[in-house]
Amino acid sequence: MTLFLSIAIIALIYVVIFQIAKASEYVSILKGEEASRKQNNKINGFLMVAFLVLGFIGIYVCNKAYYGKTLLAQGAASVQGEKVDQMLWITLIITGIVFVITQVLLFWFAYKYQESDNRKSFFFAHSTKLELIWTAIPAITLTVLVIFGLRNWFFFTGEAPKNAMVVEVTGKQFGWIFRYPGKDAIFGKKYYKNIDPATNSVGIIWDDNYSQDDILTEQTMYVVKGQPVKLIIGSRDVVHDVGLSHFRLKMDAVPGIPTTMWFTPKYTTKEMREKTNNPNFAYEISCDQMCGNGHYSMKGIIEVVEQEEYDLWMAKQKPQYFVAFPEKDPTAVKVDGAAKTDSTTKVATAKM
Amino acid sequence: MSHEAVLHGHESHGHDDHGHHEHHDTFLTKYVFSQDHKMIAKQFLITGMVWAVLGGLMSVLFRLQLGYPDASFPWLESILGKWAKGGQITPEAYYALVTTHGTVLVFFVLTAGLSGTFANFLIPLQIGARDMASPFMNMLSYWFFFSASIVMLSSLFVETGPFSGGWTAYPPLSALHDASPGSKTGMDLWIIAMALFVVSSLLGGLNYIATILNMRTKGMSMTRLPLSIWALFFTAVLGVLSFPVLLSGLILLIFDRNFGTSFYLSDIFVNGVGALSNEGGSAILFQHLFWFLGHPEVYIILLPAMGMVSEILSVNSRKPIFGYMAMLGSLFAIAVLAFLVWAHHMFVTGLNPFLGSVFVLLTLLIAVPSAIKVFNWLTTLWRGNIRFTPGMLFAIGFVSLFISGGLTGIWLGNAALDIHLHDTYFVIAHFHIVMGVASMFGMFAGVYHWFPKMYGRYLNNSLGYIHFWVTIAGAYMIFWPMHYEGLAGMPRRYFDFSIWESFKQFADLNRFISTVSMIVFAVQILFLINFFYSIFKGRKVTVQNPWESNTLEWTAPINPGHGNWPGEIPEVHRWPYDYGKDGHDFIPQTTPVGADETGTH
Repeated sequence: MTLFLSIAIIALIYVVIFQIAKASEYVSILKGEEASRKQNNKINGFLMVAFLVLGFIGIYVCNKAYYGKTLLAQGAASVQGEKVDQMLWITLIITGIVFVITQVLLFWFAYKYQESDNRKSFFFAHSTKLELIWTAIPAITLTVLVIFGLRNWFFFTGEAPKNAMVVEVTGKQFGWIFRYPGKDAIFGKKYYKNIDPATNSVGIIWDDNYSQDDILTEQTMYVVKGQPVKLIIGSRDVVHDVGLSHFRLKMDAVPGIPTTMWFTPKYTTKEMREKTNNPNFAYEISCDQMCGNGHYSMKGIIEVVEQEEYDLWMAKQKPQYFVAFPEKDPTAVKVDGAAKTDSTTKVATAKM
Repeated sequence: MSHEAVLHGHESHGHDDHGHHEHHDTFLTKYVFSQDHKMIAKQFLITGMVWAVLGGLMSVLFRLQLGYPDASFPWLESILGKWAKGGQITPEAYYALVTTHGTVLVFFVLTAGLSGTFANFLIPLQIGARDMASPFMNMLSYWFFFSASIVMLSSLFVETGPFSGGWTAYPPLSALHDASPGSKTGMDLWIIAMALFVVSSLLGGLNYIATILNMRTKGMSMTRLPLSIWALFFTAVLGVLSFPVLLSGLILLIFDRNFGTSFYLSDIFVNGVGALSNEGGSAILFQHLFWFLGHPEVYIILLPAMGMVSEILSVNSRKPIFGYMAMLGSLFAIAVLAFLVWAHHMFVTGLNPFLGSVFVLLTLLIAVPSAIKVFNWLTTLWRGNIRFTPGMLFAIGFVSLFISGGLTGIWLGNAALDIHLHDTYFVIAHFHIVMGVASMFGMFAGVYHWFPKMYGRYLNNSLGYIHFWVTIAGAYMIFWPMHYEGLAGMPRRYFDFSIWESFKQFADLNRFISTVSMIVFAVQILFLINFFYSIFKGRKVTVQNPWESNTLEWTAPINPGHGNWPGEIPEVHRWPYDYGKDGHDFIPQTTPVGADETGTH
């Protein structure tokens, strides 16, 4: 019932507006086309300036309400991010100046040069000088932006420092899997046909000696404050994207084609909680490439911690090899003294 | 003059060079399988409008979800059924709506509806031709578009739903039936619809190019063409060169989907299915093929709007367009650069950084011809004598939106910023303003300006004014704040933000945007009412040249028949922008150059 009522009301509003518009057309015919055109011109000319002024007020209000909610206000959390923010500001200032000048000219000209009997339009078809000016100025400005941009771009996409911690990130519908190389600092080889969602979610080849200390975690990844992290990114089904808005970076996760990205986190999660005054703050990994119906819920967390805390966390992690083959786990079979020696020798031989 | 009289006049001068011409049009040949470019234009326009309403309605529905993620609307269930169980749109339906909205608006409305309409309508009338080079191909172009529409529409009613992987259709999501329900039958229908669409646009485009190059009337040299024609010419060239690439990409996709090939597929393990046998393909290959069309496509959408806006600004400022040759040169530069920037959509795909840097340079280069155009439009207004017809208002609105959206292109084109802003609401704001809304404004400007020529009647001015002011204010209120969301990294294509600590602070803003979008949509309905009412009952046009314009279409009868001019096609003696010259308000192109006239173009 309310549905029909609201439809009826909306229809009524349309009819009213339409009738008023019809009536104004009859009035303008009575007044004569010339006179009504002049009147319309005055109204619209005024609205042009009004729109300009209200528009700038609107921008001010919007900025006041939402600037604080952008990440720009809370600052970037990585060395790379700070460079991105700096670029954002430079670009904002340059484009902002152009924006204000051109919009003011546009609406001001529209208002100022509205039709008047006292003025004849100025026949001005061409001026090489003017056209050269507004070819050259944008070209020079853009060169500056390109230079700044590319310097940062090559820094972001360049080689990660030697001391970088390496973590492998794999996207799947709809979650993230992280792999640490373990003590040997080398990832074991993997092949997608080995994937077993329960015990081997990235398809590690267990025969590869480097694989047996690899550590797998899901959803949460730990990194150390101040230490560069290099991510080796892949996907096991469709294209995903590792979006790190607080670090101002992102990189696609493409099945079959590994990509990389590195950054240096500047604040621990705890520090960011204080900095942003938000006890729930988390470095969230958002999937930024449409990947299916669960796309919006594909969340990962990066915990940035101090070195000691990282070491503690790492010590608690069990290599995935022992998760897949619990019978070979030296810690799990400790209770059984006889089996222990047996399994360690097995592991040792496998490593050779 | 009646249609019959036009035909006879046309015949008596022996200009009946179209063998197909019929004396007694039946309903079927006049309104349905018409070969008259003007009727085909109207068919494109009205089909485009139907899609615009559907596509707009879809955006209102998904904005409802974004604005009110917790609310439930029982009436939604009654219209969408299982797609809105309990009155809440499901993620599946949400993604289907987003995808269809994008596809439909980009291809069916702003490509077919915009250049299909105005290339058909304006090219023969403004260059002085009786019809297109091949009216039959032209008719086929519309009917291929129509069948594409039918197939796309039918995909909405498939049990597993229409395609829901985004309008860019990136594989493997679009290639694997099991990756998403929308990637089943819905995707096959999507590909078929797009293939039909490509055929339509090729048939149209080749025709437009052939007509412009070969069928200009006497005296109409290329540099005497109105800028609207130049823009439509470059649009057609872009389409002809880039759409086949999309088609090839889609064909490979069909093979991957249904015939076990591995063009785009490698190393894939699908949940619940297991490891696939495909190896060695590249998912990125599709993105290259797609964006090789996709980026020119942006200009296919934008250039016709630019051309018509140039024309309308000049007519209503009563001043020549400033820097005709620079305008033409910048159109050309944009058309060339359009093919050299596609990978800026792929900065974060793991693209070679050096290659990325080349694309940064070429992308930002586009800002130069764009800036030239903007400053030339501003100078056209300067010291003019401006008449604010609704068409003119939309043309001014176009320039404003083009500036706003163009400037954010400088942000996104710079890879070092794109790495943060890519696939966030900043991108949504950018392309909706510069391509979506701006081109829509170009289209509205064109409809208001040429409606009298199309139907021999005027649109209602007051409704036009309301339409313009609410739409421009609304467009800015919808898309301006999205830049802020994007700066916070808020990703596109999210069904719900409530679980995200980083993005949920914008809930009230999302509600505001959704509310405004509904108001703006409601005002578009007002335009539709105006449009259809005025076709039948609008104020009649009584003068041949209501806007006092120089171009050729206004020398044709108020209701031109098939063939456009009774008798001889007028001869052209000058460029179309002699407004305010030597004390004359306007000098039509058909007026011979006087002996005492100052330098001509």
